[in-house]
Amino acid sequence: MTNSDQRGNFLEPEASPTDFVLTQSAKGANLADRLFRGTTLCFAFGVVAIMALMAGMMVRSAIPAITTFGWPFLFTSTWDPVAEQFGALPFVYGTVVSSLLALLIAVPLSLGGAIFLVELAPSWLAQPLGFLIELLASIPSVVYGLWGIFVLAPWLRTTVQPILGALFGFLPFFQGPAYGVGMLAAGIILAIMVAPLISGVSREVLMAVPNSQREAALALGATRWEAIRIAVLSYGRSGIIGAIILGLGRALGETMAVTMVIGNRPEIAASLFAPGYTMASVIANEFTEATSDFHLAALIEIGLLLFGVTIIVNTLARLLLWSVAGNGATARE
Amino acid sequence: MLKGISVEKLLAWFGQKQVLNGISMTIKANIVTAIIGPSGCGKSTLIRCLNRLHETVPGARQSGRVLLDGQDISQMDPVLVRRTIGMVFQKPNPFPSMSIYDNVAAGLRLNGVRKRHRLDEYVEKSLRMGALWEEVADRLDKPGISLSGGQQQRLCIARAIAIEPQVLLMDEPCSALDPVSTGKIEELIQELKKALTIVIVTHNMQQAARVSDYTGFLLMGELIEFDETRKLFTNPRDKRTEDYITGRFG
Amino acid sequence: MTFDRYLRRKAINLLVSTLAFLCAAITIVPLLMILGHLLSQGAKAVNLDFFTQLPKPVGEVGGGMANAIVGTLILIGLACLVGLPIGIIGGIYLAEFGNNRTGWLVRFMSDVLNGTPSIVIGIFAYTVVVLPMRRFSALAGAFALGIIMIPTVIRATEELIKLVPISVREAGLALGIPLWKVILRIVVPSAKAGIVTGVLLALARIAGETAPLLFTAFGNRFWHQGLGQPIASLPVQIFTYAISPFEDWHRQAWAGALVLIAMILILNILTRIVTRGQYRPMK
Repeated sequence: MTNSDQRGNFLEPEASPTDFVLTQSAKGANLADRLFRGTTLCFAFGVVAIMALMAGMMVRSAIPAITTFGWPFLFTSTWDPVAEQFGALPFVYGTVVSSLLALLIAVPLSLGGAIFLVELAPSWLAQPLGFLIELLASIPSVVYGLWGIFVLAPWLRTTVQPILGALFGFLPFFQGPAYGVGMLAAGIILAIMVAPLISGVSREVLMAVPNSQREAALALGATRWEAIRIAVLSYGRSGIIGAIILGLGRALGETMAVTMVIGNRPEIAASLFAPGYTMASVIANEFTEATSDFHLAALIEIGLLLFGVTIIVNTLARLLLWSVAGNGATARE
Repeated sequence: MLKGISVEKLLAWFGQKQVLNGISMTIKANIVTAIIGPSGCGKSTLIRCLNRLHETVPGARQSGRVLLDGQDISQMDPVLVRRTIGMVFQKPNPFPSMSIYDNVAAGLRLNGVRKRHRLDEYVEKSLRMGALWEEVADRLDKPGISLSGGQQQRLCIARAIAIEPQVLLMDEPCSALDPVSTGKIEELIQELKKALTIVIVTHNMQQAARVSDYTGFLLMGELIEFDETRKLFTNPRDKRTEDYITGRFG
Repeated sequence: MTFDRYLRRKAINLLVSTLAFLCAAITIVPLLMILGHLLSQGAKAVNLDFFTQLPKPVGEVGGGMANAIVGTLILIGLACLVGLPIGIIGGIYLAEFGNNRTGWLVRFMSDVLNGTPSIVIGIFAYTVVVLPMRRFSALAGAFALGIIMIPTVIRATEELIKLVPISVREAGLALGIPLWKVILRIVVPSAKAGIVTGVLLALARIAGETAPLLFTAFGNRFWHQGLGQPIASLPVQIFTYAISPFEDWHRQAWAGALVLIAMILILNILTRIVTRGQYRPMK
């Protein structure tokens, strides 16, 4: 697939190690080399095998539930382990709403921050700030949850929710008693967790915009922001959307922090103050306490659903990012 | 009446490294001034100082005076400076997410021209002045990057002149283009100078001789000679100039 | 161009720049708050007991998380048995032979795996290890964590090996060494520092994973009785204590979180030491 075969032994500096090695192994390919290549291939293929196995095992374990409920599983909202009636709607709703809320909060903050760090900040400020934001990404989910239960939720209950309720209580989103835990808390914590991801990928996208674009805009007498707007943001548009979708994918699958602050009640309510439940949370909470194999199968079916959704979302994000970066090599996480 | 640019003892640095060593010259209005010199002599830095683009590079700075119509540009808002002194770059850089029309209109929109019919007028006028109108009139909504290299550069020229600057700086505008496109742009420059003051940096001496009225020879950050093009090329006063134009170095 | 419009443009520029700065600053605030709380709450609760004692019976004050700390160390160590072979050897394949459709497929699957929620991986481990064994075990937990490690390790290995210049390979071959030996004995060792960094980063990530352990390793109030038995781990212990109604357990949860963050920090610092100015793989 490369023309290195026609070039003989001397390769131009731009050729990759893969091209080089493939050339070498084509010539005088002896048994040991072929064995080596075959062995490494087997291990590499392990990744593919694991994914296939994962999908297969989950489908197999979820079959009892899939065959019993069929498609209505996605639209029914009864979740009654005792009567063995299972419907995933409350969890789908909770997952979607909490993730969208998280994006609503995180995207402006992350993009604004990314623009600041790449385009506006002097390097003595950009480096440490960028590092701090990255640090957020290494905090485990359970620690976020801990902070959420003991710091965020009480603060929401005593301060934020009363204020929101007083100011915007006429909207259905801000009605109901202030528990502290609930959809709002989950959305906020998720926002904090996906912000570093969206910010980091966006920063890479912005840095990949060639400088000649910025200069072309500046040379027209554009202000700094105008140059960013017409040259950088439009150039990096698909990459930024990819970053946001990656963030969505992360939010959809987040388990511990959400479980600890969302209230864990399988209800669908319009208010952000109300408790909710996500797909990942119900699995985390009920898996070890499942009352029957059937219950377990229903939970695994939810897991399968989650698996499928995150595959689709992540693939979409990758496609967008590849169109900017050229190859999967640079896309993070 | 355009008055031209006066450069007085211009110095420029990239961090600690000094690149320009006290350049002084007068660029007259309505003519083409060429800046020639070997690679690395500072020609690009020089014109990038004229529209204050040099300082946008982290760690770069300039000092000395550059007067536009008698006004010191370092005392003016860079946005205004660049509004009046436009630039065309070495490699054509149209905005890829915009159509041909939108590329030309970009500067106009920034400056508040909103009404469609006015934009249409200006866009057509600029594309005609940029000798591109005939070729793109029927596909103005196609992406700017769908054009050939030479056409893209003319698009960039149209984009720059759409906002009616007084001066146009051109940083080796033809070095990435084929001879036919180069020829078209050289013709274009002769037309443009009727309305603008043009400063062109080029590493191609024949081009400088063809296109310009005045030429400055730069060597290692210093202006060695600055004279009418005809005189500089036929009877240079400095030996270094003579060595350069006869090809003994560079 | 009117003067009013010009002023407006300058004003918008200033406004947007300020907003952008605020966005960056606001993003940092939660980090500072969380770290602050961790330090203040956690420091109060951390003492020698915490590291040496087992949890006390429910309701009693005192005790520690010694078994959980050890448990986490055991789990991430065991996870390497699953994650490193596929990660490192697979990474070698991708770097040396992977410029083809198979390589593309492996990379794509690795990215998908990377984005898969860890709880889903936990379900997989449950079906593969827990069900046949009929009980929760450290092995199941390590299996899940090992799978989570793979994408990080495979990408770091591939990147680092690709960085080794072709001239190194040519030099080896010119000495008459067979290709496979050149790769194994010359190329890989010169990428060693970066590969180790990738491994450390992967360990830092899985050390904090909770969800997949909930129904694989499960948890244990005592020392584990063998790798085929449930085992305590720091993240799960933190979770259990945090959602409990006991004040003392809440206090210990903060201590646990502090210790966990310290572990992750140490792993990150180790990566800096290992590379010491050399190239590091991107996270």
